[in-house]
Amino acid sequence: MSPDDLSGSTRRAFLGSATAATALTLASSAGAEQTPTMVHGPDPTKLAQLKTNPAAEPPSAPKPGDWTKPSAMAIPKEGYFQLEQGRYGPIFPRTPANYGFTIIAKIKPGREATVREYGGTIEKAVREQPDVLAPLRLHYLRWVIFDVGSGPHFMYQGIFDTDFDKYLEDAVALFVKTGINTVFVNLEGWPDDWKTNVPAVIKFFRDHQRPSFLEYGEYPYVSADEVKKALRVKGALSAMLDQMQ
Amino acid sequence: MASQPPTMLEFDDIQHIVLTRVPAITGRYEFLSFGEPSRGRRWLAGIIEKIESAQAAAARMEAQNRWVSVAFTWTGLRALGLNEASLASFPEEFRQGMPARWQVLGDTGANHPDHWIEGISGPELHAIAILFARNATERQRSTQEHQAYLARTPGVKILSSLDIDAIPPFDYARDHFGYRDRLSQLEIEGTGIEPTPGSGPPIKAGEFILGYPDEDGPPVGLPQPDILSRNGTYMAYRRLQEHVGAFREFLRTHGDTPEEQEWVAAKLMGRWRSGAPLALAPDKDDPGLAADPQRNNNFTYAKSDPYGYATPLGSHIRRMNPRDTAVNMQRRRMIRRGATYGPPLAEDAPEDGVDRGVAAFVLCASLVRQFEFAQNVWINDPNFHELGNDRDPIIGAQDGTFDMTIPKRPVRRKIRGLPAFTTVRSGAYFFLPGIGALRYLATLSESGR
Repeated sequence: MSPDDLSGSTRRAFLGSATAATALTLASSAGAEQTPTMVHGPDPTKLAQLKTNPAAEPPSAPKPGDWTKPSAMAIPKEGYFQLEQGRYGPIFPRTPANYGFTIIAKIKPGREATVREYGGTIEKAVREQPDVLAPLRLHYLRWVIFDVGSGPHFMYQGIFDTDFDKYLEDAVALFVKTGINTVFVNLEGWPDDWKTNVPAVIKFFRDHQRPSFLEYGEYPYVSADEVKKALRVKGALSAMLDQMQ
Repeated sequence: MASQPPTMLEFDDIQHIVLTRVPAITGRYEFLSFGEPSRGRRWLAGIIEKIESAQAAAARMEAQNRWVSVAFTWTGLRALGLNEASLASFPEEFRQGMPARWQVLGDTGANHPDHWIEGISGPELHAIAILFARNATERQRSTQEHQAYLARTPGVKILSSLDIDAIPPFDYARDHFGYRDRLSQLEIEGTGIEPTPGSGPPIKAGEFILGYPDEDGPPVGLPQPDILSRNGTYMAYRRLQEHVGAFREFLRTHGDTPEEQEWVAAKLMGRWRSGAPLALAPDKDDPGLAADPQRNNNFTYAKSDPYGYATPLGSHIRRMNPRDTAVNMQRRRMIRRGATYGPPLAEDAPEDGVDRGVAAFVLCASLVRQFEFAQNVWINDPNFHELGNDRDPIIGAQDGTFDMTIPKRPVRRKIRGLPAFTTVRSGAYFFLPGIGALRYLATLSESGR
């Protein structure tokens, strides 16, 4: 064993750039052979095919790439390149813009103002407890209401550092704790028994997730944790320089 | 109409394996397949009297020499004649079975179900009979008795079996790598079992036993009818081969002295092989601490070791129980049972290729929320705790492309390309019913009731 990490992570950088290339190759070649059709739930047939075909094993998880090189990723309609089964459905890949979701649902008639008021609720929750949303490992959240002629719709877009499937129960627990869940009560399709039926809530998110077909990162694959670490180092360096005046 | 959940745990109906650790140093797992439903039910009807409840096991602990548990796969419940409506009320992951969940569990490469042994990966696996025995003589007697019973219940056959044996000396439980085991335990509300310090807050019984309130409130979505799910639990079986030769070679490669090798072994686990936790003994082993149940599990991480200088963020015990450094912990806990199998490899012997390892059970109320989460996130997520490219060093899906990060001042130590120290050799999902539910299953009518 040798102390390292001063020399930099060449292997990781290499794998990071290779992953994007592999993913794009898969999009054009594997798509025809194995069109993923599963969106909302496990398909036993597909699982069986994957089980008996070792070649169908998905590529390993994307590795962090070279943050100095802006990167874009076009994503197939299904939202992933190759079906990888998560606990509750397919895994959506990490892109240069990290993980994320875009949940779009129609607002129940007459509830638009109620939904809008929740902006203030969340603002207050974060002000009172700044780390209240930390378990979601977010970069950014965007809540939007729009109407293209069929009534107001609510869009909940989040960019975060873990795949959608992994911490779903933690997210739902947090939504209940912070009251975020109650905004969903105003949306069509939200399960009536949401307080006791976590699987139904997870299904709602799965059913209303609209995967991106393009994502871009100016500093790709960088986690919020790494951004914060870099800014902390910058702050510490600045303080050190002050002391040397 | 659902009946009211009981307020007290029904110890006389819960199979002993859920709540009781018995003084066994040997045992045997038998994997069974039924023919016609009536034959499976006949076998079950005769075996029920051998299965002790938690209450009975506690009352006769000293007098008893063997303990039997029985559990069923989803196809096994069908093979007993359970009707389709009841079968459909079981959760998705249980219905699919463990082999179909290989991607979720990280069973890739050499761990893939295509390579599994024991002949239990298919729908013909219907049940497991678990025998824990006080000694080898008792195991032999019980095994012969079951053989004789099977001769009287034609149609029911053993697909495969596995003898389990504790590793000598029997002063405490250990695995083939030499790590002391069974140090961490849970406090389950209402069991009256005295927890050791550091076990964490009491956990609602419904997190492990169906029919009771869980951390989220009253139970919902239980398999139907209620009598079937009441006092039952789900049980994930994992047979993990331990590559002792490879493990020892790794320690020799990465540690110049015996002391440094022990240090590397401790960093992988989060405990010295004696069992002393790095959290309390960061610099050198402390066998006295290891042997003291009042101290050996009494620690947390968030304030004392946020960066993992003592207990690495990616070490086995910090992944499997992040304690105060993860949210929603009360809904992720699991009961672990099981034992080692295969002969120990002598300390100075080269790898002999013999299959040895751990054959364990994880018991929980939700396989997808508890067991599968642990596999998917704690064990195999390369980015757990923002590590980036690490998996569990002991039981993660290692293929030589992942690392082990050991935080250390001034610069962390990173071991590149960790080899696999374990391989999944087989596994299955079972439903372990309460005693009353076993009777219900044994008396199903031909119409599935």
